[in-house]
Amino acid sequence: AAAMELPPSHGVANRAAALATGYLCYRRGSPGRGLALRCLRRARRQDIDDVGHKYYLELVLEDVLDKDSTVNCTAEVLYHLGNKNIAPDVQFTLEGELKNTEEADNIFYSRIKSLEKELVAENIPDSHGNVPPEMEPVRLLAWVASGYLIWQNSTENTKFQLAQIKRVKQVKRSDEYLEFDYTILLHEMVSQEIIPWQMTVLWHPQHGVQVTQDSRQPKHASQ
Amino acid sequence: MKILLVFAALVAAACGQRLFVGDQVLRITASDEEQISLLRVLGEQTELQVDFWRHPTSPGHPADLRVPFPSLQAVKIFLESNSISYSIMIKDMQELLDEEKKNMTKSRRTERSTSTFDFASYHTIEEIYDWMDTLVDDHPGLVSKIQIGQSYENRPLYVLKFSTGGSNRSAIWLDTGIHSREWITQATGVWTANKIAEEYGQDPSVTAILDSMDIFFEIITNPDGFAFTHSSNRMWRKTRSINAGSHCVGVDPNRNWDAGFGGSGSSSNPCSEIYRGPYAHSESEVKAIVDFIRAHRNVKSVISIHSYSQMLLFPYGYKRVPAAHHQELNELAKKAVNDLAAMYGTKYAYGSVADTIYVADGTTIDWAYDNGVKYSFTFELRDTGRYGFLLPSTQIIPTATETWPALLDIMLHVLEHPY
Repeated sequence: AAAMELPPSHGVANRAAALATGYLCYRRGSPGRGLALRCLRRARRQDIDDVGHKYYLELVLEDVLDKDSTVNCTAEVLYHLGNKNIAPDVQFTLEGELKNTEEADNIFYSRIKSLEKELVAENIPDSHGNVPPEMEPVRLLAWVASGYLIWQNSTENTKFQLAQIKRVKQVKRSDEYLEFDYTILLHEMVSQEIIPWQMTVLWHPQHGVQVTQDSRQPKHASQ
Repeated sequence: MKILLVFAALVAAACGQRLFVGDQVLRITASDEEQISLLRVLGEQTELQVDFWRHPTSPGHPADLRVPFPSLQAVKIFLESNSISYSIMIKDMQELLDEEKKNMTKSRRTERSTSTFDFASYHTIEEIYDWMDTLVDDHPGLVSKIQIGQSYENRPLYVLKFSTGGSNRSAIWLDTGIHSREWITQATGVWTANKIAEEYGQDPSVTAILDSMDIFFEIITNPDGFAFTHSSNRMWRKTRSINAGSHCVGVDPNRNWDAGFGGSGSSSNPCSEIYRGPYAHSESEVKAIVDFIRAHRNVKSVISIHSYSQMLLFPYGYKRVPAAHHQELNELAKKAVNDLAAMYGTKYAYGSVADTIYVADGTTIDWAYDNGVKYSFTFELRDTGRYGFLLPSTQIIPTATETWPALLDIMLHVLEHPY
């Protein structure tokens, strides 16, 4: 079937855009660079028999640390029919360069490597939305890593966002990587659920962000 | 197990009480994992109607348990016979609530004026209720406070009435905080109520509106939930009503209205964040507004304020069919979001609920619309997910400031299009 134009204000198009953004952020993000969706400019959808639904998107992304820094992007998202255990396929092309964050990344890397005691923190942001400045890279790292979870767990009827870091604990390693164990809260917009999720995140300035292990946590009993 | 049966029998007769007279809060410290399990089972005995303010997690760490008066004897027998140590943290909850109320009255007299209130911070329920009284004191003849009912936990449901006189004039209804975790909404509500009071007699639009119409503004529409976000769980959305037969608490007050009630845009599972409740208007917080609007008979607009997503929405949510007034509502929404964006560049999407976010049934504005209130809108305030519900307090005043012209656009349109 031919691709059908979707109004960019429509929920279904925005869910695909959120997924594409999460994937992209995971692939290109770092503690010095988080990407967020500024706006969805155009969306088309194609129903492919026996395969699934494919979305063609034109996005504008912004740097969360510098709202004036934006980049255009085209993306294709394919939600597979049937088997909901396969993550959607996402492909993207960035039109232009992303800001170079080498310096900020290296500063953060050195800072954490030189800590005597492993970093531990809770509730980022806190109830009032505050993030201590020295925690901002830790927060961005979670933002980037949550893109992986969003990508792996999204369907056409879900829209995930990182709501809060409940707890983060650094795990010291003998190799060059930094490792953090996060328990985050993901907010799913359609069901409105707040889902605790544990993830192990590896990062190195030259090797990008990796989620090596993750597990969805049960909600508290009496909630 | 036999012990559980014994006290279950003891409390069989006394279920479903709502008042807090004689209710106690016990601080319980389990000494080993077996005691932790026993406590968990205790919490799941629905006929006891106990609820953990602080859950039993590990031995040595205290858990706090609210126990309704009728269940007290049985619970204490259970704890003592299992050698679980406890102390009484709150001897009588009703006394405590009465004490709180007295203190609010006292501090109301010491809080001198609304000009000292910090609009750029998030406040507690007590602080906002105190501030309401100072707003009334500062604007006599314009602002009054009425109580339209009580929450599940017996907190008063207060509405600010803005009126320059007349008798049962056409009215605009505004509410914030129906979902308690959406803190930017209660904060915006406080700023906006203050703005309305200040601008009467100054701003021509506000003056024109209030010279002909009344405004009713419920700022803390879900006080139990709001208190819970401060004391226990910042991400709490629903009411705090106890669900029979379930250990999960609360009903989504924006799925509980009698409009398309019970469809696929809500859940029948009490543990769900979009649980619709056992029946439409089961929640006292919702019923109070329904009764008020029905009795008033002259409400011309309902504007319900939520967060987050940056959207201005109108009916329908429960069906994908355009509302009869779709075009007019769409045009008005377009104007309002343009004026909102003019302030700081904040972009809002707009459209029907079903198209713009998702199918949702039993919502406030669908009920209002289907009951003759043509100008029914839902705002979803900042942001689009960067901070979500945890919007930094530095964004309170910018958010309220930019939303103001959009609200004015709607209210002016209502004034200029009587029906």
